[in-house]
Amino acid sequence: MARMDYQGIAVCVPVTIPYSRYSLRGAHWFCGRALAELIKGAGIAKHDVDGFCISSFTLAPDSAVGLTQHLGVSPRWLDHIPMGGASGAVALRRAARAVQCGDAEIVACIAGDTNHVDSFRNTIASFSQFANDAVYPYGSGGPNASFAFLTGHYMRQYGARREDFGKLCIAQRDNALATPHAMMKRPLSLDDYLHARPIADPLCLFDCVMPCAGAEAFLVMPSARAKALGLPFATILSTIERHNAYPDDPIQIRGGWAMDVDDFYDHAGVGAADMDFLQAYDDYPVICFMQIEDLGFCGKGEAAEFVREHDLTTAGDFPFNTSGGQLSVGQAGAAGGSLGLVEAIRQLTDQCLGTVVANARFGLASCFGMINYDRGLCSSAAILARSQR
Amino acid sequence: MTTRLPPPKKKDPVARTRAPTQPPGNRSREAQGLTAMAAVGRFALQVCADCGQVQYPPRQVCGRCLGDDLPWRDVNPMGALLAETKLHHANDLFFRDRVPWRLGVVGMDAGPSVVAHLAEDCRQGQRVKLSLNLDRGGHAVMNARPETSGPNEEDDMQLRELSMAPKDRRVLIVNGKTELGLALARAFLAAGAREIYAGHSEPWKASPSLETLKSLDGVTLFPLDVTDTDSVGELAAVLGGKVEILLNNSYHLRPGGAVDRMDMNVSREEMDIHYFGLLRLAGTFGPAMRARGADGEHGACAWVNVLSAYAQVNNPAFGTYSASQAAARSLAQCLRAEMSAGGVRVVNAYIGPLDDEWHQMVPPPKLAPDMVAGRIVDALQKGREDLAIGAVAEEIAERLAANPKEIEREIKL
Repeated sequence: MARMDYQGIAVCVPVTIPYSRYSLRGAHWFCGRALAELIKGAGIAKHDVDGFCISSFTLAPDSAVGLTQHLGVSPRWLDHIPMGGASGAVALRRAARAVQCGDAEIVACIAGDTNHVDSFRNTIASFSQFANDAVYPYGSGGPNASFAFLTGHYMRQYGARREDFGKLCIAQRDNALATPHAMMKRPLSLDDYLHARPIADPLCLFDCVMPCAGAEAFLVMPSARAKALGLPFATILSTIERHNAYPDDPIQIRGGWAMDVDDFYDHAGVGAADMDFLQAYDDYPVICFMQIEDLGFCGKGEAAEFVREHDLTTAGDFPFNTSGGQLSVGQAGAAGGSLGLVEAIRQLTDQCLGTVVANARFGLASCFGMINYDRGLCSSAAILARSQR
Repeated sequence: MTTRLPPPKKKDPVARTRAPTQPPGNRSREAQGLTAMAAVGRFALQVCADCGQVQYPPRQVCGRCLGDDLPWRDVNPMGALLAETKLHHANDLFFRDRVPWRLGVVGMDAGPSVVAHLAEDCRQGQRVKLSLNLDRGGHAVMNARPETSGPNEEDDMQLRELSMAPKDRRVLIVNGKTELGLALARAFLAAGAREIYAGHSEPWKASPSLETLKSLDGVTLFPLDVTDTDSVGELAAVLGGKVEILLNNSYHLRPGGAVDRMDMNVSREEMDIHYFGLLRLAGTFGPAMRARGADGEHGACAWVNVLSAYAQVNNPAFGTYSASQAAARSLAQCLRAEMSAGGVRVVNAYIGPLDDEWHQMVPPPKLAPDMVAGRIVDALQKGREDLAIGAVAEEIAERLAANPKEIEREIKL
């Protein structure tokens, strides 16, 4: 059966609750403030939002269910996505189908987390059964250790150099300098990058995201409703998600995007070459390299060469993580999975907070998450387009 | 090549002793299967009975065919080191105290990819051999070493954190007057022990073993009577802060059971030495050793109980003896739980009859004390926690696992 398109669906009201390194507030506050900003931005009442898609690591013991009572909402459609960094595009595609089918009219997709002084350690100390049994007891390095393996292996396999990862991080930092809520506001030099404090060889400080508190959110509604409300919106050309792709690869060299990339562009009717920017999941630069490859911007193992040949700043020939990405803005838990998508909406609806990609018509936002054991299990992506208004 | 461990220095009396912490110990029920294998020195993983798929991490259902019959089977421990890292930052206190720490991903020949602690000589791309060892918290962890061990491997700091190697450690042998006591002293000295303290009681009774022991370099004798609380307490006050490995090797064997020989005196003596003796040692040496569980490269690491295999199932020919050994075994489990907070591991060595005067009437096979001592050193070096030494103890372990009623009826060993 041919996949349905996303005709008539609008993605709008990009919201970021500004990040802080630590917060005394809970995830409920970040999600609640995101909802407040969404309805304010849309000019609607709280009860107009009849669907919610929530993603958070730190809501426990609550889930999206408890949040409905906390926020005083009575949705007729409710989803809780436990996919961390992959949640953004997954929330988008589920919400879009719910609206398309009439199960909900306006869905708020909210991803938010707090960061108490010890909450990051607690999150990674009991992340999954496989991680508890077979990763965390080995040095308790958390995602740093997992990505150190993937990075070291990738470098050896494909000849990528630290300078190549550094170029990407530096370009993102340049982009972040204009983003008001970015946690990292000082320019980064290659020298800073290469000689930063070692964290988990070959990773050094600027290869790693900074855990923080914050939220990212957007609304999905019928385009007719968005027009009636006078909201600038983007449309969806295609989405994909995949879980536990390539389980027989002894170590991760690719994500689920590679399994679905052909279908992705066929469904969208546009190709990689048509993209005006890429917002990629970037908790560590190596996963950006894999996305650049697996989403068809270059061949497998060629991302280092690709990065050397392109300017990844917003003004460059390959605008990449134009808000600065998580590496410079910070990783607000599950909100990291929506940061790129929210930035894509901003770029395509002329609501940028920082740097602007000139005349952007098509953009790709890609998400990745959940190092359950030795690799990230969830991947997702969406192609958005500027609406023809 | 593994860096040589510098010899221990005299401890600075005003320096703070690092408080013990434990490596992360949150494990699923399935993963405790790894602990069972590591405790006895096996390298075994779940293997699907239906499709043969080797599982790791441990699962409840086969990752290939969804079968739920996943027995633990010995598997090929070889593999290739696919990736490695050296952590300079850790989130948990145990590793924060010990960074930099090396770990890697091993692609096993048997199939799964395994995250493992890495010995210093392992290099990315090379062949490595995995083993399952118990960490300081008593939980199983995977360790990778080079296919062939290089020089100084026993000095590898990470392995040393996981093993209880006697090298450079100070060892208390509770009873130096037996052949086993002498054999233990020789074996631990040969394994590089820094000093041996040997206890002796009943000065009116001559012991050729003690005479030999006295003449060994590195051995100091101390009066120690495990049936006397004051004696144990006094020695703990002198040595408690120095003992890094304690070998509780006292035993008192007399034949007889409950109906055929109801002798309260003998039974009391057995309990006094085996059970109360252990209790006295635990209450006096235990706190000091537990507090030094993280005291540098040479901190307290192991408490070894030499127990009879009859601790696990009563041999009516030595009925009350067996019962007192069972009491000691139960107390040793308590001790294990209490000492784990300091990262000090309790090792139970179950032995069959020794080839000594008290076993004169027992038919062979009987154990040479040297062999028992050698196996105990080996177990400490490899980080094991339960070992059956000799044919009799091995047979008892096997028969108990197969059918406890059968051995209860037909022990005859």
